[in-house]
Amino acid sequence: MGQLAIIAGQLFNGISVGSILLLIALGLALSFGLMNVINMAHGEMLMVGGYLSYLACKIVHGPMSLLFAFLFAFIGAALLGGLLEITVIRWLYGRPLDTLLATWGVSLILQQGARSLFGPIGVEVVAPSWLAGAVSFDHGAFAGLSMPYIRIFIIVLTLVVLVLLVLFIARTRWGLYLRAVHQDREMAQALGVNTKLVDLLVFSVGAGVAGLAGAALAFIAPVTPTVGQKYIVYAFLVVIVGGLGSLFGTTIAAVSVGLVSSSVQMFTSVSLADVFLLILVIVFIQFRPRGIIYARSRNMKEV
Amino acid sequence: MNKWITIAIDAALLLVFALAPYYLSSYHLSLLGRFLAMAILSLGISITWGRTGILSLGQGVFWGLGAYILAMHLKLAALTPGDMPDFMMWSGLEQLPAWWNVFRNPFVALGGVIVLPTVTAGAIAWLVFNRRVSGVYFALLTQALALVFSTLLISEQAYTGGFNGLTDFNTILGNEIIEPSFQRAIYWITLAVLALAFVLCSWLLDTGFGKVLVAIRDGESRARFLGYSPAAYKTLAFALAGSLAGVSGALYILHAGVISPAMVGVVPSIEMVIAVAVGGRSSLMGVVLGTLLVNFGKDTISSAIPELWQFVVGALFILVVTALPKGLVSVSGLMLRLKSIVFKSSAHQALEGPNA
Repeated sequence: MGQLAIIAGQLFNGISVGSILLLIALGLALSFGLMNVINMAHGEMLMVGGYLSYLACKIVHGPMSLLFAFLFAFIGAALLGGLLEITVIRWLYGRPLDTLLATWGVSLILQQGARSLFGPIGVEVVAPSWLAGAVSFDHGAFAGLSMPYIRIFIIVLTLVVLVLLVLFIARTRWGLYLRAVHQDREMAQALGVNTKLVDLLVFSVGAGVAGLAGAALAFIAPVTPTVGQKYIVYAFLVVIVGGLGSLFGTTIAAVSVGLVSSSVQMFTSVSLADVFLLILVIVFIQFRPRGIIYARSRNMKEV
Repeated sequence: MNKWITIAIDAALLLVFALAPYYLSSYHLSLLGRFLAMAILSLGISITWGRTGILSLGQGVFWGLGAYILAMHLKLAALTPGDMPDFMMWSGLEQLPAWWNVFRNPFVALGGVIVLPTVTAGAIAWLVFNRRVSGVYFALLTQALALVFSTLLISEQAYTGGFNGLTDFNTILGNEIIEPSFQRAIYWITLAVLALAFVLCSWLLDTGFGKVLVAIRDGESRARFLGYSPAAYKTLAFALAGSLAGVSGALYILHAGVISPAMVGVVPSIEMVIAVAVGGRSSLMGVVLGTLLVNFGKDTISSAIPELWQFVVGALFILVVTALPKGLVSVSGLMLRLKSIVFKSSAHQALEGPNA
């Protein structure tokens, strides 16, 4: 493999990891920005999405199984997220550190539940045959580079989700409500926006998108009860780096984290790359303590 | 008068614990010793989280630093100079790394147990709080730190013993560790350190310093406008918690005889927090008793039905945070609240206003 092919391969890996991180971080950033809620059980939405896609592929066979897998994963995770919002999160409004602990409890219960139901060893989901191949280069500068279809598919999926979310926030009535609540909750409430419903909607959609990420991951690696734990910490780093102002900041942060971690891994081990990433984030917040893009406010609110 | 009653109760409790070697089996004594060591760490969490409002999800890191440093000393103490621990030979190391060798000296090791966690904790707190990064981000960063710390320990097998960690400690300062009389001595030392830390912490919280911590928790901007530097106070508080964690970790491994990455990662770190939350995060006696209760509960439940523990601890998190945010020490307050819900007392509301 040529030098160029290795670099291109790592770039591709970085973007692929970054797109999964983005799918997870979108929901976190939305619910943290809007409701000041840290959802530690967000990783378990990913896990639930993965198991649902496994079940969907068991029930529905053939080339369309993929569609059903993603649909199941989205709806199932969104419903679970909605349930979580109604039963736990709603009651802890304005206490971000307490939501963090309570949702951690939820995450432990969901993990153990998955372990009891599906066993501690992961379940495999086989991608449909039309996604089994890879784009490979045999000649030229990129000889030896191979990009699996399934990873390309995930990047495309992430782009589609991102565009849909942006359209939803920028063009629909509920998107308008969302922006209003984000800017000034009390004022939006006074003008008749049902803020509780906005919270519920945003939280569910965020969980659903994480479910999509889980379904996508299931085609790459086995789904285990602790699959969410692996990604959630990095997703939080993405939220910290991205800031709470816009989806744009989150996107840049996710791709950067993915790229940095996969390019550092070229030179050193995975665990040292993690150390490097954490140091980089701590250095980063010395310069931009509120992330790449943040909402300016004169509010003395202390988050 | 009230103060003297509290002191009398504390002293009676101390006496009950001090006499434990005479009425507990050696197995239970070892467990109690471990959990008393954990209680030292909980005092630190109580100061940072209960009083200052800083939630750290990475206390396992500072605890682990203390534990690993003492473990390195214990490993070296059992060897003749020039030898190296067995796992290093298996990993193909040629000679003992210099940063291992410095801990051969017991006083250096003892200093390292206290200084290294303190400095690490202080440095991280300063880097984050000096830029006025919010407490939520601090919690997430410390959690990432715990993850990175444990994966690093696992991957650097040649230097840390990898997944299995460090174990087989035989002698400390010329004493056989397994000897029952020495076990008893370690128990009393642990209890004495806990009592000392307890007195120190309660004294500190009574001083102006402790008052400023509470002021920062309840209104950081207000404290800043009054001329206090929240970053400096938070850093000091967190460094103190770090040193308590380091001492706690070192004492713990003398009872447990093993330290491994699984004991310092994300999950153990958060279990340290739940033990504090159950007891009552801002009451020092509450966190000590809460730590003992949660750890004994964990031991009992997970040895009877292993799968059940995660459900129980998950439910504990949700229940304590939603229903009993001030922990078990506030049960009487909860009863009052329930009563006021049932009887719809309006007098309470009238006093506190609609927003209370």
